[in-house]
Amino acid sequence: MPDAGGTATVEFRQVSYSVGGNLILDNLSFSIEPGETVVLLGRSGSGKTTALKMVNGLLFPTTGEIRVDGRATTEWDLISLRRGIGYVIQEVGLFPHFTVAQNVGLVPRLEGWPSEHIEVRSKELLQEVGLEPQQFLTRHPRELSGGQRQRVGVARALAADPRLLLFDEPFGALDPVTRLELQDQFLALRNQLRKTSIFVTHDVREALRLGTRIALLDRGRLEVLATPQEFLRSEGLVTRAFLAVLDHGPPMNANERL
Amino acid sequence: MNRPGLLDDILELTSEHFVLVLVSMAIAVAIGIPLGILLTRRAPLQGWVLGFANVMQTIPSLALFGFLIPIPLIGGIGKRTAIVALVLYALLPILRNTLVGILGVDSAVRESALAMGMTGRQLLWQVELPLAARTILAGVRVATVTTVGTATIAAAIGGGGLGVFIFRGIASVDTTQILAGAVPAAVLALLSDGGLGWIERRFSAA
Repeated sequence: MPDAGGTATVEFRQVSYSVGGNLILDNLSFSIEPGETVVLLGRSGSGKTTALKMVNGLLFPTTGEIRVDGRATTEWDLISLRRGIGYVIQEVGLFPHFTVAQNVGLVPRLEGWPSEHIEVRSKELLQEVGLEPQQFLTRHPRELSGGQRQRVGVARALAADPRLLLFDEPFGALDPVTRLELQDQFLALRNQLRKTSIFVTHDVREALRLGTRIALLDRGRLEVLATPQEFLRSEGLVTRAFLAVLDHGPPMNANERL
Repeated sequence: MNRPGLLDDILELTSEHFVLVLVSMAIAVAIGIPLGILLTRRAPLQGWVLGFANVMQTIPSLALFGFLIPIPLIGGIGKRTAIVALVLYALLPILRNTLVGILGVDSAVRESALAMGMTGRQLLWQVELPLAARTILAGVRVATVTTVGTATIAAAIGGGGLGVFIFRGIASVDTTQILAGAVPAAVLALLSDGGLGWIERRFSAA
């Protein structure tokens, strides 16, 4: 699946998901175009992470389907689907017993790339996420700061040139300054790579900054799907509740950018 | 050590004891680790199997050796019965630590391994087992040290080993004989504890 430079489409078709009688996702339908960054925004328990995990087949809809590149996740060979999708989660996702080089080179290694090729690629990727390869390749995750770990996580997700990137609150555990740096890096990488991305967060500022569109989830339902500009003007109750955070939180340059 | 031939006897029985422990542990590891791995994939069986292993541990060792004697095929007098009993004893710590070690792998790590497109086998060999190695080895170490001690009782059913000295010493109220069995057994236990502890520390991953 990792054909260089390719980028994917994702379509949610009437996706519902329930566990033990609890409806987690309620009839979710929307599609994501190539190169877009759709941010799934919502409070804890809104179903945003569940929706994300359905894209790479960690979970499957109870009813409805999710189509990646036009094919339902249930029809995909899961291994090849997943190897074509980069996945970044909060802090803990790195393999603690692997060095940075082994972490970054994992998917290429699973895909059977020759080792010289993996080494070149790993160095290139570390450079791209702002880590000096000579200094970091042989370290273990425990020898890195939170921000550095997250950079390695991004490099690992990009390693086999996936056509789709999933981010599950990747910057949630970082201090505000580091978070801002990584958001900048995310924007720079996005402009350079133009890969379809889905980004989960509960931080409305992050959503406004990073998304080309924002999908607001509330108790499993899609409340709003809008560009950041439209989102700021939206009148829905849930949207207003999120936007109220902007008035009360510390100043932030999301509005300047828009 | 004023008795002629005592040293030779000590050497012979110590090596017999060592072989008894080695064979029992090899079998217990060969059963316990794969069974432990299997249990991580079959949650409903965990209670039953751990329960069985727990019950085995609660049976006093002398009684367990005795219980096995009348059982056909595995029973009787001699080394085979002794090994069966020692394996049953060693199983619990190995089984439990394998289970706990693997289930203790951070679920975020496991999830990202799957999300990277690892197969079940790759997940096991490249992520779960390396991260659980220390815990599993700790179980093997505990089981080994216990087995060195328990194996002295094997002599009661004709299993040989250092227990021969101890039972003989008790019967003839001869402290030298008892020490001739107990001291090498203690040394053996300390050595295996130290050796396995050293291996365990080398797996200081994570």
